[in-house]
Amino acid sequence: MKPVGIILRREFASYFATPLAYVFIVIFLVLAGLCTFYFGALYERGQADLLPLFSYLPWLYLFLVPAVSMRLWAEERRSGSIELLFTQPITIWQAVLGKFLAAWAFLGIALVLTFSIWITVNYLGGPDNGAILAGYLGAWVMAGAFLAVGSCMSAMTNNTVIAFVLAFVVCTLFTLAGFTVVTEWSRELFAGIAKWSLWGEGMRSAVESFGAALTDGIATLSFYTHFSNIMRGVLDLRDFLYFGLVITFFLLASTVLLDARKSR
Amino acid sequence: MIKTQNLTKKYQWLTAVDDLSFSVEPGEVLGFLGPNGAGKTTTMRMIAGFITPTAGSASICGHDVVGEPLAAKAALGYLPEGAPTYGEMTVRQFLDFIANLRSLDGTHRKARLDYVIGRLELEGVLEQTIDTLSKGFRRRVGLAQAIVHDPKVLILDEPTDGLDPVQKHEVRTLIGEIAKEKTIVISTHILEEVDAVCTRAIIIARGKLVADDTPEKLRQRAPSGRLDDVFRTLAA
Repeated sequence: MKPVGIILRREFASYFATPLAYVFIVIFLVLAGLCTFYFGALYERGQADLLPLFSYLPWLYLFLVPAVSMRLWAEERRSGSIELLFTQPITIWQAVLGKFLAAWAFLGIALVLTFSIWITVNYLGGPDNGAILAGYLGAWVMAGAFLAVGSCMSAMTNNTVIAFVLAFVVCTLFTLAGFTVVTEWSRELFAGIAKWSLWGEGMRSAVESFGAALTDGIATLSFYTHFSNIMRGVLDLRDFLYFGLVITFFLLASTVLLDARKSR
Repeated sequence: MIKTQNLTKKYQWLTAVDDLSFSVEPGEVLGFLGPNGAGKTTTMRMIAGFITPTAGSASICGHDVVGEPLAAKAALGYLPEGAPTYGEMTVRQFLDFIANLRSLDGTHRKARLDYVIGRLELEGVLEQTIDTLSKGFRRRVGLAQAIVHDPKVLILDEPTDGLDPVQKHEVRTLIGEIAKEKTIVISTHILEEVDAVCTRAIIIARGKLVADDTPEKLRQRAPSGRLDDVFRTLAA
């Protein structure tokens, strides 16, 4: 697995070789501060915790993570360096993993740099720092899931703009899935279908239970549902496992896509 | 050595490489000729393991490029068309990165890096980012990358494209120097290059092999005795 580390280091250094990293970090920190203090009303709430920051993070990640992930493969194709990389004695999986880990570490650094908000909260009151640490860990793992989706979308195309849009759309679906608007809509849709007179009695209840199961299924798929558990300090291994599975799935999908493009 | 057997690549609308079989032995420098779009780059990409053949097979030093890709790639030095690199890296960082991927270490690593840097005259630009280099320097960085691990087999896609006459001569001398124990394939459409470095030439047109001979014998095929005329007749 040595090539993973080599690719990780190269990729990570390349973020800081261009203004990209600095621009990203500044925008991320400004927006995170804005969300916490202005929209999240950290001062006005009178509670010493980081919920105002954490509850806005999924929305920030929604368009900032695709901005990082869009170049992962699309840029490599555009410049032709993918041919250089894939004719070295490494596997596609090693390259996928190395690039992902570098971007993930980079997002981790951006996240850690919000520590001034944490200091503010500790200065103003006595927060549960264990819960905050868990929240940060959850946020980083969630960022990884966004990133893995983005990696997969970037592997599909050699156009960075398309990679961005695809990643944004898929991440939005994954985030919104857990919202009451969506779950209510889905529940009502199936209730409506079940009311149709052409069903028999048995079929009607079957449709209803299928609808309920599907709605629950959609809600469980949501990044937001899992992250909101973690950010409130409810540490359930299943939430972390969920993000781990999402990351693994989309990285494997990236590998398969990149491999399939070789034989196109 | 390189061996291809019925190597074929079909895209949706066209057959880019059609049933190509040839082999190249150590000590040979094979010139791979053909008009633009004849399938030279596609063939090289298949041998280098960047794209998968639709049918047929290719092997490097006995390792099938699809079955044992890592062993095949380890034995190969490859300069892709256009010599792509990572533009934001300095030359030194880039060569270090490749040396890492090629698992070079210790004194051997230092000796190889010193050799390619000296041989391709990269000392003066080591700390410059590749984006800021001229086309000729970028090509030389690409060449350095291809030979840094002292590979048994070397595939160079248009190695002298974009170089000035002096640099072209330098690269040909370099190829001649390392050719003794190596298996080398270079693609080009500069026919003088074939005379200068190649011991053998293959001409392909529309994905098919149309000639496989020494430059001298090929020349005899035209009444004028000129390689250009042979090439034009065969490629038409």
